Amino acid sequence: MFLINCPFCGEREQSEFKAGGEAHIVRPKQPTELSDDEWAEYLFMRKNIKGIQFERWNHVHGCRKWFNMVRDTSNDQIKAVYKMGEKPPVK
Amino acid sequence: MKNKYSIFSIIKNAFSYHENWEKAWKDPEPKKEYDAVIVGGGGHGLATAYYLAKKHNMKNIAVVEKGWIGGGNTGRNTTIIRSNYLWDASAGLYDHALKIWEGLSQELNYNVMFSQRGVMNLAHNLQDVRDLKRRTHANRLNGIDAVYLNTEEVKKFCPIINTSQDIRYPVLGGTLQRRAGTARHDAVAWGYARGADEMGVDIIQNCEVKGIKRNGDTVEGIETTKGFIKTKKIGVVAAGHSSVIANMAGLKLPLESKPLQALVSEPVKPIIDTVVMSNAVHAYVSQSDKGELVIGAGTDDYVSYSQKGSHDIVEGTLNAILELYPIFSRMRMLRQWGGIVDICPDASPIISKTSIKGLYFNCGWGTGGFKATPGSGDLFAHTIANDEPHKLNAAFNIKRFVSGDLVDEHGAAAVAH
Repeated sequence: MFLINCPFCGEREQSEFKAGGEAHIVRPKQPTELSDDEWAEYLFMRKNIKGIQFERWNHVHGCRKWFNMVRDTSNDQIKAVYKMGEKPPVK
Repeated sequence: MKNKYSIFSIIKNAFSYHENWEKAWKDPEPKKEYDAVIVGGGGHGLATAYYLAKKHNMKNIAVVEKGWIGGGNTGRNTTIIRSNYLWDASAGLYDHALKIWEGLSQELNYNVMFSQRGVMNLAHNLQDVRDLKRRTHANRLNGIDAVYLNTEEVKKFCPIINTSQDIRYPVLGGTLQRRAGTARHDAVAWGYARGADEMGVDIIQNCEVKGIKRNGDTVEGIETTKGFIKTKKIGVVAAGHSSVIANMAGLKLPLESKPLQALVSEPVKPIIDTVVMSNAVHAYVSQSDKGELVIGAGTDDYVSYSQKGSHDIVEGTLNAILELYPIFSRMRMLRQWGGIVDICPDASPIISKTSIKGLYFNCGWGTGGFKATPGSGDLFAHTIANDEPHKLNAAFNIKRFVSGDLVDEHGAAAVAH
């Protein structure tokens, strides 16, 4: 359990949010032209990093807006929060 | 040859105040080279080594474990064993395991305390009723014992359940698998370790894998905290850390690792003599031989390796437990913990070769791997020894995520994720 600083609402409990998985996976422009392997890669394969991970979150019980987060998955410490479409503030 | 455990060995050792029992397994340093190395000394990994040695005559093998054996999810689960899964492929897989469980204590000469006390799955709405009836029929077509119970029969089988129709999610019925039950989780790891050790398997603890050495598309060995170990075959059974090992080999897996929590109460006299699971309200409970209620919560929905979980998940589970079992309202909880489970998108496991020759993965068991321990080890050993899957785990190939031939068991998984 931890607190999340929603970029729209401010600090709230994590239980107000829904995790949306790995961020910055770009949807293929022409899905019909993908091979089965490429489609599986887009749809199912995940980095599932132990350490610094970029991910999407949704404030479902608040403003219901999506945003991005940089979090250390080994200890749940949040490194940064930034809006959709913005560049990640840390590498 | 190890001394056999029996009533006579207990009497004999009583004379020396039980201080001279031989070690159940050695504590060797790694050799330079093995025919196969299993990464992960949990129940699945130790079972894999045991069956590799026993059925496939591979004796020059090792199990490397970063902590102590059975200290990960093997020691953290709620010990439930059942095989009432929906699809044919899953039924074959899980019932194969259940059949091995039925003779496991005798085979290992180690009491795994397998107790076929039955597992009941409850229905709380009409869709649950339809799903559970469908699953009962599917189970019976696959030769798995399953019966559907109405509300009165549920109450008769487990009298402490609140079957009042006035509660928020009333009990409308349930399924019962009588061959299902529980086992002592630590004993499973220890029993397999002892059996494997006796056949010459090196069980190497406190040995963390740091890298996988490849020559093109073939594995050459593993880098560990105890040095480089040369091997042609690596079987990875690392549960929540499967993706971490896969990344070392440049592979990606369709997994997300999440915390799953469990908790036990203070010990009390026998009150519940079966296992009751409720998928819809998310409450499952059984009682350990020590008398503690063993309660499983759901997963958190974010990726984490922290082996902790969120308090609200536990709170939600206990709310449901109290509505279903008002008798527990004054029970105090003793301990709570989390384990990291590796979840596949279809809630079914992967027991498979990979695109790298000599690298095998047994992962993705998610919230329900304990029940499959013996079968998983047996089938993974077959896959490693023959470089081909057994027919029972062919469907659990990693390629199913490319072909689309998924084995969706979210309904039978019975834990929210």
